[in-house]
Amino acid sequence: MTMASMKNYLLRHAQNCIGSLGNMTRQPVASAMTIAVIGIALAMPSGLNVLVRNGQAVAGGWESIRDFSVYLKPGSSLENASQLREQILQLNIVETARLISADQALTELRNDTAFSEVLGALDDNPLPHTVVVRPNPAATPDALKEFQEELIARPNVDLVKLDTEWLERLNALLELARRGVWIAAVLLLGAVIVIIGNTIRLDIQNRRAQIEVSKLLGASDGFVRRPFLYTGFWYGLCGAVVALLLLIISLWVISGPVKRLVQLYGGGFQPIGVDRLTLITVVAGGLLAGLGGAWIAVARHLSDIQPKV
Amino acid sequence: MIRFDNVTKRYDRGREALSNVSLQVDPGELVFLTGRSGAGKSTLLKLIGLLERPTRGQVLVDGRNISRLPARKIPRHRRQIGMVFQDHKLLEDRSVFENIALPMIIAGYSQREIRARVRAALEHVGLLNREKSTPSQLSTGEQQRIGIARAVVARPKLLLADEPTGNLDPELSLDIMNLFQRFNQVGVTMLIATHDLGLLEQLGGRCIVLEDGEIRHGEHQTL
Repeated sequence: MTMASMKNYLLRHAQNCIGSLGNMTRQPVASAMTIAVIGIALAMPSGLNVLVRNGQAVAGGWESIRDFSVYLKPGSSLENASQLREQILQLNIVETARLISADQALTELRNDTAFSEVLGALDDNPLPHTVVVRPNPAATPDALKEFQEELIARPNVDLVKLDTEWLERLNALLELARRGVWIAAVLLLGAVIVIIGNTIRLDIQNRRAQIEVSKLLGASDGFVRRPFLYTGFWYGLCGAVVALLLLIISLWVISGPVKRLVQLYGGGFQPIGVDRLTLITVVAGGLLAGLGGAWIAVARHLSDIQPKV
Repeated sequence: MIRFDNVTKRYDRGREALSNVSLQVDPGELVFLTGRSGAGKSTLLKLIGLLERPTRGQVLVDGRNISRLPARKIPRHRRQIGMVFQDHKLLEDRSVFENIALPMIIAGYSQREIRARVRAALEHVGLLNREKSTPSQLSTGEQQRIGIARAVVARPKLLLADEPTGNLDPELSLDIMNLFQRFNQVGVTMLIATHDLGLLEQLGGRCIVLEDGEIRHGEHQTL
């Protein structure tokens, strides 16, 4: 290909590209509705994905916390508790052990407004002494289990609670949600392909005369196909932009409650917004569906149109 | 330029549109193709433009056998032929300029070349001042001239016309035919199908007569 014909070729593509966009603006309402549907369909799975990823980030922040709460039997003295703490601290697997006396626990609970009235009505302190044990982060799950059994066998110990069981459940739920998002994404991407395919099919029907005459004058399949593929490209791209706008607006709407939630959890977590990964995924998904849908429509319907004289 | 060797074309319903037709058109010739409707004139032209394939026999255009040309090479073949139709096949939603420019856009000419050649073609058919009109704003005769301009704009060596004067009154028909003769004088080979015998008598020249799919007269340069 010479420089001049290369330049012509690129120019032709540019004209097709702009021309397809121009054709879309000729029916602004219909095009806008199609783009809106594509945008919503793309925004839904990506929005859910952002939520799940935030959930996983939060849960991940808690992963390292695998504290045991060792509750002493009612009636055990503070001295017993203190001794137990000393003993536990001697063990290799233990990093720290903190004693919360029954009185301390009661004071803490009284500060929490929701319980203060109930507690005020009680004569005795119903709470046991507690030792909170943080094991070595390097400890294996098996070692932790053994350690838990060893603790429960000790005298004065009433109950040993591993505080991470709920975390495992949360993780299982998040995994379930993550797969659910995947399924939704695949289904909705399929829907977008169908929508774009159908739009292009109508476009092909509307321009039947033009296609026939072009083929009569020696237009190649590529020449006839090109404007429709560009139309699919634009639908995909515009849909992706709408989806990103919807995402940004939605996340902005929930940003207040999220900030409060983060504060409640000690603020150690940076919420994920529309980051680069989301941006790339949404745009790639839109373009894939746009070009894919257009390609299917073109492959199915363009060869049906042959010039008749 | 065109050679048919024992060409038969049978359509799906079993009717034989052309039976064992052999003919030759030399480069630079202007040949009329005549006969009643249904005699096979259109089929013969369609075989040359590869709008139909022969059932039997060989069709050669510019020395190349096109009977077995693969489908992907058809566009290139059609770009080398200019075609004029009775109903002119112009695009109603495009301007005259855009209609004439279409073959050149398809062939990938540069913008500058397209503008120059479309203007030249419009000048040849005497409608330079109508380039911004749409086809529906023109008379039937003018529309047909635009169809001719579109057929010659990419400078094909061969031009086919199927009943180009079918919708025109005698005076306009003669105009159109004179236009064809002018293009023929600059070297374009022409094959024009028409059933207007009166017109042919006025013009003279070689004439192939088809009857029920067979050549009755004129397979060689006898007239």
